[in-house]
Amino acid sequence: MTRIGRRFEDLRKAGRTGFVAYITAGDPDLNTTHRVVLELDRQGVDVLELGVPFSDPLADGPVIQEASQRALVAGATLEGVLSMVADVRAETEIPIVLFTYYNPIHRYGVERFVKRAADVGVDGVLMLDLPPEEGGDYIARMNEHGLDTIFLVTPTTRDDRMKLIASHTKGFVYYVSRTGVTGERDSLADEIQSKVSAICQYTDMPIAVGFGISTPEHVSEIAQYADAVVVGSAIVRRIGEYQRDADLVAKVGVFVGSLIGPLREGV
Amino acid sequence: MTVTDLPDARGHFGPYGGQYVPETLMALLEDLEAAYREAKRDPEFWAELDRYLGEYVGRPTPLYFAERLTEELGGPKIYLKREDLAHTGAHKINHAMGQILLANRMGKTRIIAETGAGQHGVATATVAAMFGLKCEIYMGVEDMERQALNVFRMRLLGAKVTGVHSGSKTLKDAINEAIRDWVTNVEDTFYIFGSVLGPHPYPMIVRDFQRVIGVEARAQILEREGQLPDVLVACVGGGSNSIGLFHAFLDDANVQMIGVEAGGHGIASGEHAARFNGGDLGVLHGARIYVLQDDDGQIALTHSVSAGLDYSGVGPEHCYLRDMARTAYTYATDEEALSAFELLSHTEGIIPALESSHAIAHVCKLASEMSREQIVVVNLSGRGDKDVQQAARFIEGVR
Repeated sequence: MTRIGRRFEDLRKAGRTGFVAYITAGDPDLNTTHRVVLELDRQGVDVLELGVPFSDPLADGPVIQEASQRALVAGATLEGVLSMVADVRAETEIPIVLFTYYNPIHRYGVERFVKRAADVGVDGVLMLDLPPEEGGDYIARMNEHGLDTIFLVTPTTRDDRMKLIASHTKGFVYYVSRTGVTGERDSLADEIQSKVSAICQYTDMPIAVGFGISTPEHVSEIAQYADAVVVGSAIVRRIGEYQRDADLVAKVGVFVGSLIGPLREGV
Repeated sequence: MTVTDLPDARGHFGPYGGQYVPETLMALLEDLEAAYREAKRDPEFWAELDRYLGEYVGRPTPLYFAERLTEELGGPKIYLKREDLAHTGAHKINHAMGQILLANRMGKTRIIAETGAGQHGVATATVAAMFGLKCEIYMGVEDMERQALNVFRMRLLGAKVTGVHSGSKTLKDAINEAIRDWVTNVEDTFYIFGSVLGPHPYPMIVRDFQRVIGVEARAQILEREGQLPDVLVACVGGGSNSIGLFHAFLDDANVQMIGVEAGGHGIASGEHAARFNGGDLGVLHGARIYVLQDDDGQIALTHSVSAGLDYSGVGPEHCYLRDMARTAYTYATDEEALSAFELLSHTEGIIPALESSHAIAHVCKLASEMSREQIVVVNLSGRGDKDVQQAARFIEGVR
């Protein structure tokens, strides 16, 4: 079992909903990302999703597109992100998921990537544009190295695919709560609860819900029926806004703390 | 199984193609494929398409013997497949018409598309106007500037043209943005894809609708010359006009096929869009294909004088046919394409699109290696009216 599995086990025992934070690695630079990761750990983030910057992030809205662009301009590479994880792993046991498009991995070599990810202390990988049908080799390597393969379920996913996805998912299932790209929204999508219970029929894995979750109120609501809540763009936008501030790390910490608050008040 | 039976059930051409997309799109692609397979079996679908191709698009397009160009080059007989004479001035209307009939069958009410040179955008806006459907076209702002005439045409046809400011501000970024729209508006929107690119089933669908080019050309050359051509030449951006010409000849073992990519400022300059001359296997826009990329798997920026060829990837079927040595690929530089642009205008009174000028440029090179008895068919995939301002600027610049 990876750190992800152990963390969800702890959460289950404690009767708490988990908090998953997404940030784009290398935005504004990898040193800052390193410090943000430690701060997020201190704030009580349960799972960290680390986005690998890509030139053509077609599933992302403007906030994460711009973060990826800033990271690439600052020189972030897949190898750089992996090395940063190696460094940060010496200081924290926070579960880490790499959130990535497939091409950088394809280019690096799937086998080489999985081995290196396992070595540096990555716990799971979420490959945005690699459905299980195309990911046979990737899934096999990940299993071999004991890493979690996290797949997405979306509002358009039908039951037959849900079954297929559930059978390949390890760590947790990520339910994308709305159609569309990543980004903050004013209100939550409909039918999240019914879809989450539908997924439960196919798997015992924890279910994390993300996409469009931006406020402490959203977090409280989702916490009523999901095992974990994912927030990305709302955090990434603030990293973008604070990038010239000397206290960027502290400010991001305060914001993430405010999102986690509702989960600690005995939901 | 022969090469013409591909793709396989999961959309693969050998190791190429497939469906590398975010999960939200998987169900949409499944629906699209099911709708297409049903339409494909339905004679009424093809009868309706044929009627529109005949009465609206103006097919069959002529196969024209370019006598003065042939004389000028002193080599093989050169025939031009006149896709420039199709309605809207390029071959893109063939797959736009096919796809909008599919959209109608699926009950979709909103059409989106990406465009590079603007020809696919114009074709899509045209068929959307014809069927009274709402239409939004995504176009990189750099392309909007160099293809201003087509932007005006699309707007005149009632389409909303949305400029894309991200990345290189060209075709690949327009595709990203169109996919983002599609992933958001899954219920009512049909994405009319502009080339033999993207996730399965698009490379298959677009090819099947473009195949008419080669089917016609094959019958026309047999009637005219009583024999098949020795060589087919077409430019290759994503690869729709070239696969359209090639496909009906794939089983004709003696017909050689050459695709011409955009050499830009030359391969050594790094400023080009010749994926087979500097690209590697990668995954872009839903398919495993040859891609121009850096060592870290970031998609490279491309350059071509021709917006329609200025793209980092090339369709999966081309990758496969090249591996099988059934087709071959070369490139022409900006300068060579511009010379060919002028040459065809002077010798034949036909102003070719800058995209098609790349194919003509390669014919100029081939001519000296071939005999007068041999026959070349070139796909004149589009007309050059849209390019005259751009070309004037470059030609002045070069001299």
